[in-house]
Amino acid sequence: MTEIVPGQAYGFFTDTSVCIGCKACEVACKQWNMLAGHEPTFGDGYDNTGSLDEQNWRYVQFIDNVPDETMGTGQGKAWLMMSDVCKHCQHASCMDVCPTGAIIRTEFDTVYIQPDVCNGCRDCIAACPYGVIGVDEHTNVAQKCTLCYDRLQGGMEPACAKACPTDSIQFGPLQELQARADQRLADLHAQGVTEANLYGRDTAVYGGLNAFFLLMDKPEAYKLPNAANAVLPGRNNPGGYLAGLVTAVLGVLGGLIALRRRGQPPPQERSHDTEAVEP
Amino acid sequence: MTPLAQAQHFVRAPDWTWYIVPYFFLAGLAGGSYVIATLLRLWGDRRDEPAARLGYYAAFLAFLPCPILLTLDLTQPLRFWHMLWNTTPDDAGPNFKSWSPMSVGSWALVTFGLFVTVSFLEALARDRGWEARWLRPLDGALGRAWIVVGAVLGLFIAGYTGVLLAVSNQPVWSDTWALGGLFLASGLAGSAALLALLVRRRPAARASGGMLELSERLWSLLELALLVVFALTLVPDGTLDDAFGFPWILLWLVAFAGLLPGLARLMTARLAVTSEGAVVAQPAVASAVTYWLVLLGVLALRAAVVLSAQL
Repeated sequence: MTEIVPGQAYGFFTDTSVCIGCKACEVACKQWNMLAGHEPTFGDGYDNTGSLDEQNWRYVQFIDNVPDETMGTGQGKAWLMMSDVCKHCQHASCMDVCPTGAIIRTEFDTVYIQPDVCNGCRDCIAACPYGVIGVDEHTNVAQKCTLCYDRLQGGMEPACAKACPTDSIQFGPLQELQARADQRLADLHAQGVTEANLYGRDTAVYGGLNAFFLLMDKPEAYKLPNAANAVLPGRNNPGGYLAGLVTAVLGVLGGLIALRRRGQPPPQERSHDTEAVEP
Repeated sequence: MTPLAQAQHFVRAPDWTWYIVPYFFLAGLAGGSYVIATLLRLWGDRRDEPAARLGYYAAFLAFLPCPILLTLDLTQPLRFWHMLWNTTPDDAGPNFKSWSPMSVGSWALVTFGLFVTVSFLEALARDRGWEARWLRPLDGALGRAWIVVGAVLGLFIAGYTGVLLAVSNQPVWSDTWALGGLFLASGLAGSAALLALLVRRRPAARASGGMLELSERLWSLLELALLVVFALTLVPDGTLDDAFGFPWILLWLVAFAGLLPGLARLMTARLAVTSEGAVVAQPAVASAVTYWLVLLGVLALRAAVVLSAQL
């Protein structure tokens, strides 16, 4: 097993091409982190988890691509399955906006919400482009995947990676995972699986993701913003404040114009205006 | 992003709802009232002093519930002070992130609270004729500097809430840069309407009624222009329907209803001509109902923006 050393960057490489949708990751995550979970919902698919949130730190997506016509070529691509998780972004939107400093980057280069510092303002929820964070109704603070911070401190790999039976979820030093992902992508392309692509492997998406993916379709198909849409909340700071500043100048100007051009008070009101007040 | 490409939003809503909408409303009125009071005191004449004091009273009273609403909205209300003080072990100290509007806003709110309280007490002391020693420094240049700084903070408080929404990845909010300006213009118009209502109840302050009425119209015009900009900025990202679709259109109609009387009076005052052919500068007097409608519109605007992106 990999020796886990503080000061080195760690992450997940989730290879969706070998995910079988067993949800062992979800169970292991909930068990280790003592997450109560929600009541399951039963729809017309295999997904009874719903989404990532304060209780679901791993979430196996089942994306139904079953064609309406009789199956022929393309069999085996009818379902896309992906064990989704917090991406532990290098440029983390949640960390950017957090006003309390509760969201930190740990000694393992992961993004962690300190439960005793968070005050539940929920700005991180508004900012996270992956919809990962939620407020737990028991602890009343924002929660998400910690990349098993406590296990890493104890030298153990995260529970989900440990439980994954197909090695769809791989944990390790980031550079090692990236090299493994490059090799896997090259193998798939060589086998003619040209749709395979890496998401978050390079810096195009939020400066690189410590939890990155090998996808079998476009990122949007998995509800992941593509590189063009992977934007930080802070992009609206300059425009927003500039619009406010211009409005402030025009507003004050409007007030001064109103003071100069107000005319006389209406006659019925002027008759009451007798009280003189010292400034 | 390429022009006209629709934005992808895969976010969760932060559930900023029933405490946040009234906070945005009251912050707009507190900031706007302070600004108007300062304009009246510094650039008005002696007749405007009673209305200026009313402005400082209104700013204080509108401000009072703001920190309470914000604290109640936290899921850990007793940790409200974490906004200002980082309690991270080994990294404890003051918290200030210039790139986080919520962090900047927290400090601005605390600072504005100081200014609004001192100006309230000063107005009260002068109205009651109290001979307080602490008032003397506020008589001269220091007093003027104090209210100018307070007014700058007031402008910030009235507008930063829009920037706070925009600095996110939520649909509608993050697709526009106009919200800060829109909230500020609306806050100013609402404050003018509020003070126009109040001066009717204080005979000595009625001399400022004309200024408040005219400024409400001008700020309504500014708000309308920013509303158009807001709508236009949503078009490329495909979120116009999210913001203006049913049922939010009902709130927008209330917001427009609040704008229309002021704009209509602005138009008619401009167009009216006397028998000598001169443009009439003296506008028709607005009714109290009109001003209540303006205030309702200010609230509806914030409710439409805040709720449409989340519910």
